[in-house]
Amino acid sequence: MTNRTRNTGALGALIGNNTSLNSDRKWALIASYACLIVFVIFFLCPPFYMLITSLKTNAEIADLSTNPWIIEQGLTIEHYISLLTETAFLTYFKNTVIVAFFVVLITMVISVLAAYALSRLGFWGSGVIATGVFLVYLVPDSLLFIPLFKIVGGLGLLNSYWVLVLVYPTLTVPFCTWIMIGYFASIPKELDEAALIDGANHMQMLLRVFIPVALPGLIAATIFAFTVSWASFLYPLAYIYSDNQMVLTVGTVTTLIKGDVFHWGGLMAGALLAAAPPVILYAFLMDYYIAGLTSGATKG
Amino acid sequence: MVDSSKTLGSSQPIRRGSLYIFLRQRSTIAFMMVLPLLLIIGCLVAYPFFYSIYLSTLNKAETAFVGISNFLFLFKRETFWMVVQQSVTFALIAVVFKALIGFIAAHAVNNIPSKGQRKWRGMMLVPWVIPPALSTLGWWWLFEPTYSSFNWILEALGLSAIPWLSDTFWARFSIILVNVWVGAPFFLIMYLAALKSIPEDLYEAASIDGASAWQKLIHVTIPMMRNIISITVLFSIIVTFANFDIVRVLTQGGPRNSTHLFASYSFRVGIESGDIPLGAAVSLFMFPVLAVLAFIILRNVRQRTVNI
Amino acid sequence: MADVTLTNLHKRFDRTEAVSGIDLEIKNNEFVVLVGPSGCGKSTTLRMIAGLEEVTEGEILIGGELVNDVPPKDRDIAMVFQNYALYPHMTVFQNMSFGLRLRKYPKDDIKKRVEEAAEVLGITELLNRRPKQLSGGQRQRVAMGRAIVRNPRVFLFDEPLSNLDAKLRGQMRIEIKRVHQHLKTTTVYVTHDQVEAMTLADRVVVMNAGLIDQVGTPGELYHSPRTRFVAGFIGSPAMNFLDCELSELDGGLVVKVGSELSLPVSSGRLERYRPYVGKPLTLGIRPEHVTEERVDRDGVSLSVDVDFVEPLGMETMVYFSLAGEALCGRVAPELNPQPGQSAKVCFDTEQIHIFDRSTDLAL
Repeated sequence: MTNRTRNTGALGALIGNNTSLNSDRKWALIASYACLIVFVIFFLCPPFYMLITSLKTNAEIADLSTNPWIIEQGLTIEHYISLLTETAFLTYFKNTVIVAFFVVLITMVISVLAAYALSRLGFWGSGVIATGVFLVYLVPDSLLFIPLFKIVGGLGLLNSYWVLVLVYPTLTVPFCTWIMIGYFASIPKELDEAALIDGANHMQMLLRVFIPVALPGLIAATIFAFTVSWASFLYPLAYIYSDNQMVLTVGTVTTLIKGDVFHWGGLMAGALLAAAPPVILYAFLMDYYIAGLTSGATKG
Repeated sequence: MVDSSKTLGSSQPIRRGSLYIFLRQRSTIAFMMVLPLLLIIGCLVAYPFFYSIYLSTLNKAETAFVGISNFLFLFKRETFWMVVQQSVTFALIAVVFKALIGFIAAHAVNNIPSKGQRKWRGMMLVPWVIPPALSTLGWWWLFEPTYSSFNWILEALGLSAIPWLSDTFWARFSIILVNVWVGAPFFLIMYLAALKSIPEDLYEAASIDGASAWQKLIHVTIPMMRNIISITVLFSIIVTFANFDIVRVLTQGGPRNSTHLFASYSFRVGIESGDIPLGAAVSLFMFPVLAVLAFIILRNVRQRTVNI
Repeated sequence: MADVTLTNLHKRFDRTEAVSGIDLEIKNNEFVVLVGPSGCGKSTTLRMIAGLEEVTEGEILIGGELVNDVPPKDRDIAMVFQNYALYPHMTVFQNMSFGLRLRKYPKDDIKKRVEEAAEVLGITELLNRRPKQLSGGQRQRVAMGRAIVRNPRVFLFDEPLSNLDAKLRGQMRIEIKRVHQHLKTTTVYVTHDQVEAMTLADRVVVMNAGLIDQVGTPGELYHSPRTRFVAGFIGSPAMNFLDCELSELDGGLVVKVGSELSLPVSSGRLERYRPYVGKPLTLGIRPEHVTEERVDRDGVSLSVDVDFVEPLGMETMVYFSLAGEALCGRVAPELNPQPGQSAKVCFDTEQIHIFDRSTDLAL
C-alpha cells in the first residue's frame, strides 16, 4: 500500500513537471542545433575555401585587398581547364583508376575466400588466423615502408604503379577479411544446410547464397578497399617519382606545385577533382559503409 | 545381437577412412582459400618486419653489421628525442579532442528529430571522406603566410596575425587542428552507432527512478558506451601516432624538425637522406607502442564478443 | 518413396554422446514423429538422416541403400527447418526452385513443379515476393514448398512450428497433415511438443537421453506407456505419480499409497502384478482419471482438501495433496470445488499404471 502511494506520488511529480520537461527538451534541441552548426562550419570550411579559391581568377587570388572568403571579381573555370589540358592530371587519374581497380579486385577475391573459409570451414588454426588478421589490420603503413622499399626495389618494381597494386592489399585485405568474417558469421547455419540439401557445392554456396546475402558487407569492404587505394600517400610518395607513373594524391601535392610560384587556383582545383570520386561514392553508399564499420566490425 | 555388433565393428575402419578423407578434403579446400591471405601477410607484412630489424643493424651503405649502434646513435640525437616527445603529445592531445568532439557531435545528432539526422551526419563526415593528403593541401592554403584567410579574419577582428606554420608552437597546434578535423568524424560515427544501440527503455527506467539528464549520461550512456569508447580511442591512438600525411604536406617536419613524428622523420632519414638502416631503426621505435595498444584492443574486442 | 532404417545409430561430439544406439524402421509413406525433451538426441538423429551430421557408429539406410557416406544432396531428401532458412535475397519462386536449378532441371519443368506445389500450399499469389514480406505462416508454407517441389523420397521436419504462435501452429499442423495425405511421402518429423506428435504421427518415437524409450501409435503411447518417462511426457496436464506398494488382500491385490489410499487391482492384471508384491513401486494416474464420482465407472472415492482450482470452462482442474505429493484431478465444472474446502474425488482403478521404481519400467 505504501509502495503504491509512493509510486503515484512520483508519477504525479512527473506529470506536474510536464511543462518544465517540455521546455528542457526545447533547450536541449536548441543546444544540439547550435553545436551542429558550429561543427558543420568547422568541418566544411576547408573544402568550401578550396572550392572558392579554385573558381577565382589568379589576379583576385593575388589581390590582398579583397575578402578571400568570397568571389568578388567574377567566377572562372580556367583553373580546371588548364588542369585538364596543360598538366599530367589525367595521367595521374588514369593511373589511380587502374591501381584502385586491381587493388579492389584482388582484395575482394582474397578476403571473401578467406572469410568464407575462416567463418564456415572451421579448421585447425582458423581461430589463430582470424586473430592474426585483426592484428595485421592494426599495422600502419608507416611501420613497414622502409623494408618494403628495399623489397620492391629488389623486385625491380620501383617507380611503377604496379608496385602499389602489390603493396596496397597489405592495408586493405586484413580489414576487408575481418568485415566479411563478421557478415558471414551472422548468416544462420541453417541457410548453409538448406543449400547443402538443395545440392549446392562450396563454390555455389559462396557465390549464390553467401555473397548475395552478405552484399551490404561486400559493398562496405569494396568501398574501404577503394578509399584506401585512392587516398594512400606514403607508399606512392616513397616508391614512385616519374610523372607518367604517378597517382593523384602524390601527383597533386608534389608536381602541381611549380617551383616557388604556387598556382593556388589550379592546386585547389586539382585537389577537389582528385577527391571527387570517393566523395561521390560516399554520397551514394554512405549507409552501407557505416553499417560495415560499426556492426560487421567492432573497430574501424 | 553379438553378430551384428561384430559386423559393424568390422565395417568401421572403412567408414572411418572415408570420413577421414572427407575431413581432409574439407580442410584442404579451406586451406587453399586462406592461402592467398597467408601469402600476403607472410610475404608483405611478417617478412618485411623481420627484414626491417635486420636492416636496422647495418651501416648506412648496408655493407657491414653494426649491431645496435644505429639505435645508440639515435639516442644521442636531440632531434630524435624531440620526435619521441612530439609523437606522444601529438597523439594524446589530438585523440582527446577527436573523442570529445565526436562525443558531443554524436549526442547533438542523436538529439535532433531523426528526419534530419542523415543530412547533418552526412555534412560532418566530409573531412573523413576526402583523402587526407588533399584536404591538408587546403589547410596549407588556409595557413599560407601571405594569403592566410584565417589571418584575414583575425585582422578584420582587430587581432594580430598568427605565424601558423613558422612558429614551433603554432605549427604543432596546426598539425593537431588538422588531425582533429580529419579524425573527429570517425568518432562521431562510432559513438552515434553506440548511442543508437542503447535501448530506450533504460532511459525511461532512469527517468522513473528520478535521474536528471546529467545522471542519465553518467549512469546509463557512458557505461553502455564504455567498450566502444575505449576501442575507438585505442584504435585512433595507433592511427594518430603513426600519422604521416598531414605533417608531410603541412610542415614537412619544420620549423627546425619540431613537428616531425616517427613516420615523417623516418621518411626524411630513410628515403630522402638515403640512410635506410637508420630510417628502419626510427620506424621500429613505433613497434612497442603499437604492440601494447594492439594487445589492449584485442582484449577489449574479445570481451565485447564474449559479452554479446 | 522409400523406407528408412536406422541400425545401432550413435553420435558422439567430442566427449558427450548425443545419440547412444538407436534402432528404428520407418516404413514407406509413414509419418513418424520423434519427440522428447531438448537434448534427447532427436534433432541429431534427424540431422544424421539428412546427412548434416556424420554418423559416429551404426548405419542409415534409405530405400535399402546405405547412405552413411552419401552427401545430403544425393540422399534425395528434403528438409524443413525451424527458422525456415529461406534465402533472403531470392523471391519465393527462386527459393522454391533453387534446388531444381542447381540440379539443372529444364525451365518448363521447374515452372510446372513450383506452380503445382504453390497450388497445393495456397501460396500462388506470393511467388514474386521476398521472404521479408511474408508472415511467419507464409514463410513456413514456402519452406514446405521448397521441400515438396523436388518430390523427394523422404521429408524431414526439424521443429517446423515452434516459431509460430499457438493459433497458427494449430492451423499449420492441419496443413502438414493434409499435405502428407496428398503426397504420401515418408516423413520424419522432430518436435518437443507432445500434442504435435500425437496429432500428426502414424507412429510416435519417444526419445530420452539419446535412446528410444518407446515406439508406438499415439493411442498405444497414451494407454500403455512402457516407461515412467513416456507416461509423464505424453498427456497434458502430466500424469500424477505417487510412491506405492502392492499387497495381498483376500486373494486379490491392492495398491497402497501410504495409509490414505488403497486401490484394488482389477482381475485382468493380477498375474502381471503378483511378482511385485512388497517391492517399491510408483503409481501413475492421469488427471482425467481422477474425477468426480460417476455411476458408469468403478473407482475408489476419497475426500481431499483442495489447494487451488483452475476453471477451464468445459472442465475444472483441481489440485490437492495426497501422501505428501501434489496431485491434479479433472472434475465437472458443476462440482464447483473451492480452495480450502474439501471435495470428493474418484480414482478410476481401470486406468492406473504401475512402474517398478528401480527400473522405471511399466509392470
